[in-house]
Amino acid sequence: MLRETHLNGIILLALLIVPLVALALNEPFIITLATKVTILALAGVGLNLALGQGGLISFGHAIFFGLGGYSMGILASHAQSFTPLMEAPFLIEGTNLMPVIWIVAIVVSCLAALLVGLLSLRTSGVYFIMVTLAFGQMFYYFAISWPAYGGEDGLVIFVRNEFPGLNTLVPIQFFGLCFAVLCAVLFFVSKLNKSAFGLALSGAHFNPERAETVGIDITRVRLVAFVISAGITGLAGALFADLNRFVSPTMFSWHTSGQIMIFIILGGVARLYGPIAGAAVYIILEHYLGAFSEYWQIYLGLILLFVVLFAQGGLIGGLSKREAAHD
Amino acid sequence: MTEPILSVRDVHKAFGALKASDGISLDLMPGEIHALIGPNGAGKSTLIKQIAGGLTPDRGTVHFEGREISGDTVYERARLGLGRTFQISALAMQFTVLENVVLGLVGESGSVFRFFRPVMKDPAYLERAHHALKRVGLQDHAQTKTAELSHGQRRQLEVAVALTLEPKAFLMDEPMAGLGAEGSKALTGFLRELKAEAPILLVEHDMDAVFALADRISVLVYGKIIATGSVAEIRANPEVRAAYLGDEEVEA
Ligand SMILES: Nc1ncnc2c1ncn2[C@@H]1O[C@H](COP(=O)(O)OP(=O)(O)OP(=O)(O)O)[C@@H](O)[C@H]1O
Ligand SMILES: [Mg+2]
Repeated sequence: MLRETHLNGIILLALLIVPLVALALNEPFIITLATKVTILALAGVGLNLALGQGGLISFGHAIFFGLGGYSMGILASHAQSFTPLMEAPFLIEGTNLMPVIWIVAIVVSCLAALLVGLLSLRTSGVYFIMVTLAFGQMFYYFAISWPAYGGEDGLVIFVRNEFPGLNTLVPIQFFGLCFAVLCAVLFFVSKLNKSAFGLALSGAHFNPERAETVGIDITRVRLVAFVISAGITGLAGALFADLNRFVSPTMFSWHTSGQIMIFIILGGVARLYGPIAGAAVYIILEHYLGAFSEYWQIYLGLILLFVVLFAQGGLIGGLSKREAAHD
Repeated sequence: MTEPILSVRDVHKAFGALKASDGISLDLMPGEIHALIGPNGAGKSTLIKQIAGGLTPDRGTVHFEGREISGDTVYERARLGLGRTFQISALAMQFTVLENVVLGLVGESGSVFRFFRPVMKDPAYLERAHHALKRVGLQDHAQTKTAELSHGQRRQLEVAVALTLEPKAFLMDEPMAGLGAEGSKALTGFLRELKAEAPILLVEHDMDAVFALADRISVLVYGKIIATGSVAEIRANPEVRAAYLGDEEVEA
């Protein structure tokens, strides 16, 4: 069997090669699909930090995906209409610069996670799931009922935002950008997992009593993990909005939270590269089975059932040898 | 007179009608092993939990180094220097032995919020971790998954993790349980050395170990301490013999 690190390399390489081949074959739609996989995988990598590593089963990560999306939508729509977001007490203008949008998306998501986390991390288990779900629905209904930014219909952004030195409207260039972001985040999270913080976070997951007994404030560790996790998912939300040039309240819905969770389960809970494999399988199924039957989600359901019952390590676990998390 | 490191004053804890702690007062002095003995269900573990945190007394106080800690959380008490081992091993089973020990070092050094340095490659941690493992005799199992350890080895690991905290006092809840004669003897020798580093409040059913180690013994029955004294005093105490030592070979 493969070592997990080798399998990870293969997965990342495949994600890079497919759009390059599609470029050679002049199949731009495949490039767009690969971009979608990359962005959704990023959202999954974010959630996986909280859910996999930290054991925090958040059913509210759509909040951060949506906030990332709306950060992009709101900033870009103001840039598009040349109207400032706010004039007093100080001027805030819209922007169509991706780096600025990303920073705003990350900061907004982290702040929201701080608030949601402070309130929800007092609970655990099923209650934590329910509280995060409830917060998610609050954001969803708020987005629907807030007419300034499209309400239920969402917001259309006509031109993709810009990144210095790139033409983001060229599919392969936008893919390359998203892929680079994903690689950077994977590098960051792999460092994190192997750090003292990562050890404390898994320790708090595997045996909270033990972690506290050695002097670790597990609530704080979890809160920090939740915030970082939200920042990553928020960044993915901003990219997703840019991919579609459209944001809508659907990004906040619990379906979105569930979908991100499905990537993780399919790929392998707590496996760093799991969400990439999971998102790829999901998008492939959605695209090819979806073309063939409207009820493709039934097949997805069956696959999920199989994974949960018989292959809990997901795709990565099924295809590779288990390696210690901290070696 | 020297001040006690740990001082429990008039602690009460009831579970419904059951008085698990019924006005317990007890001191742990520097340099001593204070054994807490008593029949099953007497309330020994309940008292340890109230000292270590995680269970709040209905009434009464706990002082550590002269400072009241009754309102502190488990991790705050640990950081003050209370090292604890559990009656039922509480370890991260998915971790390797070494990871469990390094987790202890991370907690002890307060370096939880270090995000980039690979902790399992940090020479300072590794050296201290291997040293702690060596002291309890687990040096050959550093890379073993904790779930694969025998019961006795888990008890040893509990002690190793407590050592990493370099505590000012140890709370040990039946560290000998399930160790077997050989293991108990080894641990008895080890605890005798350890008390030079920090005093130990030792809950133990193994009377050989208790009589060999204890400087003082307190006897807990139905949530009340019925006697405190030296080994000789406790052995001679008629009330204790009736309540607890009654059926045992007291002359052992
Ligand atoms: N959380 C709880 N809720 C209700 N009752 C409890 C709880 N914890 C302990 N008890 C009861 O309190 C009494 C004292 O329990 P404790 O575990 O402290 O005894 P112990 O002296 O440690 O016994 P052992 O020698 O068997 O370990 C027992 O009757 C137990 O059933
Ligand atoms: Mg007990």
